[in-house]
Amino acid sequence: MAELTRDDVAHLAGLARIDLSDAELDRMVGELGVILESVAKVQKAPTDGVEPMSHPLPLTNVTRADVVVPSLGTQAVLAAAPAVEDDRFSVPRILTED
Amino acid sequence: MTEATIPFEEALAAYDPVLGLEVHVELNTATKMFCGCATTFGAEPNSQVCPTCLGLPGALPVVNEKGVESAIRIGLALNCEIAEWCRFARKNYFYPDMPKNFQTSQYDEPISFGGFLDVELDDGTVYRVEIERAHMEEDTGKSLHVGGATGRIHGADHSLVDYNRAGIPLIEIVTKPMLGTGERAPEIARAYVAALRDLVKALGVSDVKMEQGSMRCDVNLSLMPKGSTTLGTRSETKNVNSLRSVERAVRYEIGRHGAILSSGGKVVQETRHWHEDTGITTSGREKSDAEDYRYFPEPDLVPVAPSRETVEALRATLPENPAARLRRLQSTWGYSDLEMRDVVNAGLVETIEETVAAGATPAGARKWWSGEVARRANTDGQDVSSYAAGLGVTPAHVVELEGLVTAGRLNDSMARQVWEGVLDGEGTPTLVADARGLELVRDDGALEAAVDAVIAANPEVADKIREGKVQAAGALIGQVMKAMKGQADAAKARALILAKLGQS
Ligand SMILES: [Zn+2]
Repeated sequence: MAELTRDDVAHLAGLARIDLSDAELDRMVGELGVILESVAKVQKAPTDGVEPMSHPLPLTNVTRADVVVPSLGTQAVLAAAPAVEDDRFSVPRILTED
Repeated sequence: MTEATIPFEEALAAYDPVLGLEVHVELNTATKMFCGCATTFGAEPNSQVCPTCLGLPGALPVVNEKGVESAIRIGLALNCEIAEWCRFARKNYFYPDMPKNFQTSQYDEPISFGGFLDVELDDGTVYRVEIERAHMEEDTGKSLHVGGATGRIHGADHSLVDYNRAGIPLIEIVTKPMLGTGERAPEIARAYVAALRDLVKALGVSDVKMEQGSMRCDVNLSLMPKGSTTLGTRSETKNVNSLRSVERAVRYEIGRHGAILSSGGKVVQETRHWHEDTGITTSGREKSDAEDYRYFPEPDLVPVAPSRETVEALRATLPENPAARLRRLQSTWGYSDLEMRDVVNAGLVETIEETVAAGATPAGARKWWSGEVARRANTDGQDVSSYAAGLGVTPAHVVELEGLVTAGRLNDSMARQVWEGVLDGEGTPTLVADARGLELVRDDGALEAAVDAVIAANPEVADKIREGKVQAAGALIGQVMKAMKGQADAAKARALILAKLGQS
């Protein structure tokens, strides 16, 4: 696995909308590097013939019927909003339409 | 702001267009894809929202069974393979229309893949559109931009978000690059979206109303120099939401790409916005890292693994292909191409089908539904079937009206008056005919007396008929009908005139 660079961490922090100071960036390069090294060890495990797993339980097709259940209710929904206007969540202006 | 374009023909003389279409279809399930919130269109803002679709911590999504079935049926109708096992994935991005900060979608394991749709163009040519995939995902909330002069994004202060739409099931249908379309690219793009709309509508899994956003289209376009086989850089024009706009957007982008390439420039790979009013696209100016969605398998949902029995059972529910169905109906009904096209454009196919099934002749069904009703519905800005349904006028009314004519009670002009009465809400055809006193005179004595009087009053015309000029009878029939105040059977009057003048 390629070495994690400071630019990689800055890019990921940007994507995750996490504001990191220069000092924090430096620290994260080291800490994330250790995590990646650990994962790299796991990746060396012999997994030939082992099915990949994305869920701890061997379940498929867990579905529900298409039947309406009551929603939270507008008041309860909007109570969690930082700002409200016209029964909608008011958010900073965003770039694209719709 | 407006970018340079070159004429369509000039661009096509030097370059071959390559199209790609991504169509989002909103399913008409009663509930959202991963929670039981209702999906009613036009509900009060944020009234159909719960912890799951709001992305609150600890909420657990569960897949809507009907959503999966609809996805499989769409895949099968598009001749796709259905995955034996597939998963949902998180598409991570921060945007206020998605409160979870990710959209639950599918990434490298779509439920359907590798299909095609044969699209018939106006001149009967068939173009096969290869389908890359059709996958399941969820819709986003709806944003309203306020504070700006026009309400559009530029100059908007802030945005207001309604999450009722967030989580409604979507199927995204992606074509493979469409090659060899040439100058027909705009037409083929439009015809494909129209054919897809008709197909999904026939499946009954979506309202597919482009004007309400239940079907949305993104147009990818690139040009490559004639003779080249290397794909050029594409632009992705978002939310092109009418058939006509699909055609116009393709045409515009061909001219724009052509201008850039022919002047030695480079097309930027970017998202573009379509402007319905001006017919142009503008750059979305999205950040370059916006495409870095860091997909990973959704840990809160288990895989979807439809059994082959389930898939075959769903295949058995597929309706007839809409294009094949129209061809079959036209031949059964004996309509000309023009008549059929009018009927299709007026949205009358289902109504005529029901009316014929109820016992009317195809000609009668077409005549009564496409005349006065169509005119009134059009004035009212409605389609004929919903207009007629609103009036309470049904196929049975047409059958009854036609029956009155066949039985000899009404002639054509009386039937038209009766139909107007029915449309005015005066009741069934029989009631209207009774109330308006419309009935052909069946007293043959009265008709015969009128015929005798008219022959006596027109000796010269009568002589001509005696000599064999049968077409001269028209003038006499007119006079007989006038004498009978229109309440006579014109065919009967004609037969009587000819008989009396030795021509039967
Ligand atoms: Zn919900």
